[in-house]
Amino acid sequence: MQEFKQHTGIAVPLNAANVDTDQIIPKQFLKAVSKIGFGKHAFNDWRYLDEEGTRENPDFVLNFPRYKGASILLARENFGNGSSREHAPWALADYGFRAIIAPSFADIFYNNSLNNGLLLVKLTEDEVDQIFKVVEANEGQTVTVDLENLEVRVNDLRFKFELDEFRRYCIMNGLDNIGLTLQHEDAIIAYESKKYKWL
Amino acid sequence: MGKTLYQKLYDSHIVLEAQGELPIIYIDRHLMHEVTSPQAFDGLTQNNRKVRHSERTWATMDHNVSTQSSDINACNEMGKIQMQTLKANCEKFGVPLFGLGHQWQGIIHTIGPEIGATIPGVTLVCGDSHTATHGAFGALAFGVGTSEVEHVLATQTIKQARLKNLKIEVTGKLQKGVSAKDVILAIAAKLGTAGGTGYAAEFCGQVFKDMSMEGRMTVCNMAIEVGAKVGMVAPDQTTFDYVKGRPYAPSGKDWDEAMEYWKTLYSDEDAVWDKVVTIDGSSIEPQVTWGTNPGQGGSVNQPIPAPDDFSDPVEKLSCEKALKYQNLTPHTSLTDVKVDEVFIGSCTNGRIEDLRAAAEVLKGKHIASNIERAMAVPGSQQVKAQAEKEGLDKIFIEAGFEWRLPGCSMCLAMNDDKLPPGKRCASTSNRNFEGRQGRDSRTHLVSPAMAAAAAVYGHFVDVRTIL
Repeated sequence: MQEFKQHTGIAVPLNAANVDTDQIIPKQFLKAVSKIGFGKHAFNDWRYLDEEGTRENPDFVLNFPRYKGASILLARENFGNGSSREHAPWALADYGFRAIIAPSFADIFYNNSLNNGLLLVKLTEDEVDQIFKVVEANEGQTVTVDLENLEVRVNDLRFKFELDEFRRYCIMNGLDNIGLTLQHEDAIIAYESKKYKWL
Repeated sequence: MGKTLYQKLYDSHIVLEAQGELPIIYIDRHLMHEVTSPQAFDGLTQNNRKVRHSERTWATMDHNVSTQSSDINACNEMGKIQMQTLKANCEKFGVPLFGLGHQWQGIIHTIGPEIGATIPGVTLVCGDSHTATHGAFGALAFGVGTSEVEHVLATQTIKQARLKNLKIEVTGKLQKGVSAKDVILAIAAKLGTAGGTGYAAEFCGQVFKDMSMEGRMTVCNMAIEVGAKVGMVAPDQTTFDYVKGRPYAPSGKDWDEAMEYWKTLYSDEDAVWDKVVTIDGSSIEPQVTWGTNPGQGGSVNQPIPAPDDFSDPVEKLSCEKALKYQNLTPHTSLTDVKVDEVFIGSCTNGRIEDLRAAAEVLKGKHIASNIERAMAVPGSQQVKAQAEKEGLDKIFIEAGFEWRLPGCSMCLAMNDDKLPPGKRCASTSNRNFEGRQGRDSRTHLVSPAMAAAAAVYGHFVDVRTIL
C-alpha cells in the first residue's frame, strides 16, 4: 500500500449526490482477475459516449481540459454507495486520485478505499460547498490534504477532518493489515479454543 | 444496560480490542463467488499465506454464469477465465466449491441458507454487498471488499469498527398482495439510500414476526440499499424450523446446545437505539421505483414526482437527473408507464416463495403483446428443482416467460442477460442504478407479484386489484 502523508493536487468537482459504485466502475469491467488497469474505465458510462470507450463525453467534468491530471476528487453526499466491489477504489486510485473529499461516504466503500491507501476525507456539507466554489472559480486550483495534521487547505481556507488513529497510522505508513493481525495469532487461537465448535 | 442483538453478536465475537486499534472480530462463516475473490487468493499466494479455515468457507459461481446453458463455454471469455480461476483457487486452497452443474450451485445468498451455512448467532461475510441477506437468521452478516476477503481467508478475522443501532419497526399486518419486497421498498422510500449509513439495522415488529424466512431474507437483502451494511431479524421458531436438518447446520447434541444459545439472541427491552423508524405495515401499498436509486420510489398509485416537489437542492437535482435518465414525465401515473421487459429473479427475489407469488398471478394468463422478453431465473438449483416439482415452470412457460438456469442474471447483467439501451424493465432485483441492467437501460424495482402483473398488462398495475 502506498504511503500517504500529505498531498497537493488539482481537484475536480463532481457535482452529484449518491454516486454509486456501478457508476464508478460498471460491471463489464469486473471480470478481470488482477487489481491493475481499472483507471481507464473509471466512470466509464459517464466518461465515454460509446461502449468501447473511444469517444470522450465533453460534458463530463473529468473530461474538461482544466481538470486533466486531477488527483483529488470533490464529491457530494453518500459517495460510493451500492455494490461492495473494491474495483471502485482500485479504479479511482489507478485513474490517479489520491484523496476524495465529500460530506459522507458509504460504509463498505469507506473501508475498501482506506484499505487501498485512497484517503477519504469527510467535511461538512458547507465546507465541501466552499471548496466546490473555489475550485470551480479558479482554473488550476490545487487543494492540499494533510494527513499528518488532519487538515484540508485551499488557499486561505483550512478545514480540520477526523480519522481514527489506527487507520491514520496504517495509511501514513502504508502498512499491510493482514500482517498486523497475524501478529495477534495467539489471541485468535485463544478465541477459537473457547468458542462453540458448531458455531 | 441491555444490548441490541447486533451488540450481543459483535461483543461475543471480539478476538482482541487493543487501545487505539480497530477491534479484531472473529468470522465464523465466509462465502465466496468468482468476481470478488481472485485478487484475494492472489494476495495469499504472493505473501505465501494459507486459508486459515477452508472448512468455514464455501464458494459458488453466480455472477457470470449463463442462464441458458450450464456449459462454461456458454459464458463470455473473461467470465469464463474468472470462473476457471475460482475453480483453480478452490482446489489449491481446499475451499468447497459448488460450481456449474452442482446440485447446490446458485446465487451465493440463496445457497448459504439452503445448505445450512447460514445459521443464527454466527458472523458471516462475503465479498458482496447483499450479504446482509443472511441477517434474516439473526446472524451478523455484512458485505466486504476484496482486501477484507483476503484478510478473512488468512486470519479468519476482520477489523471492524462498531456500528450504531437502528431499529426499523413495521407494525400491524400487511394487506393481501403486499409482500416483503414492498415493505423494504417502502422503508427505502422513507429512509433514502443513506438513511442507514453507519448503522446496523434490526427489523422489528409484527410484520416481521409473521413473515416467512424467504420474506425476511428479501428485507435484509436490501438493508444495504438504505446504506446499512447489516440488516437483521431476531431468530424465532420460524428460523429454527428453516435451519433444522440442513446439511451444514448443527445436529444432535450440537443442535440442543445451539438452541440454548439462539434463544438468547434478541434485543433487550432496555437496549439503547441510536435511531428508531416506525412504519404502519397495514398502510403499505405495492411499490414501484421511478428513479435511479432504490429510495426513489413509492406506491404504484402515487404520481411520479417533479424536481420542485423536493426542497433540498441535492434531492431536487437528483430527481431531475433520474427523471431524465428514466424518460419519465413528472406528475403522471406509474400505471400508464409501459414496460418492455420483465425480470423475475436475483438474490432479492429468486427464492421459491417469490416464484410461487409470481406464478399465482400468471396462472392461466399470458404476457401482453408489448412485452419483448420476460424471464424467470430461479436463485439456485434447489429452488429450480422445487419449482419444477410444483409445476411452476409450466405456468411461467405457458404465460410466455423464459424459464432459465440459476444465476445473478439481469440483476447486474454481467452475463449475457442484458436490457438493451432505452428499454424499460419491471424487475424484482435490488438496484435501479443507471446502467445497472445494461447501458442506458431503465429499471423499476417491484415485487414478484407486481412484476408478473406488469408482464400480463404490459404496464404497471396495482396487483391488489387483480388478485
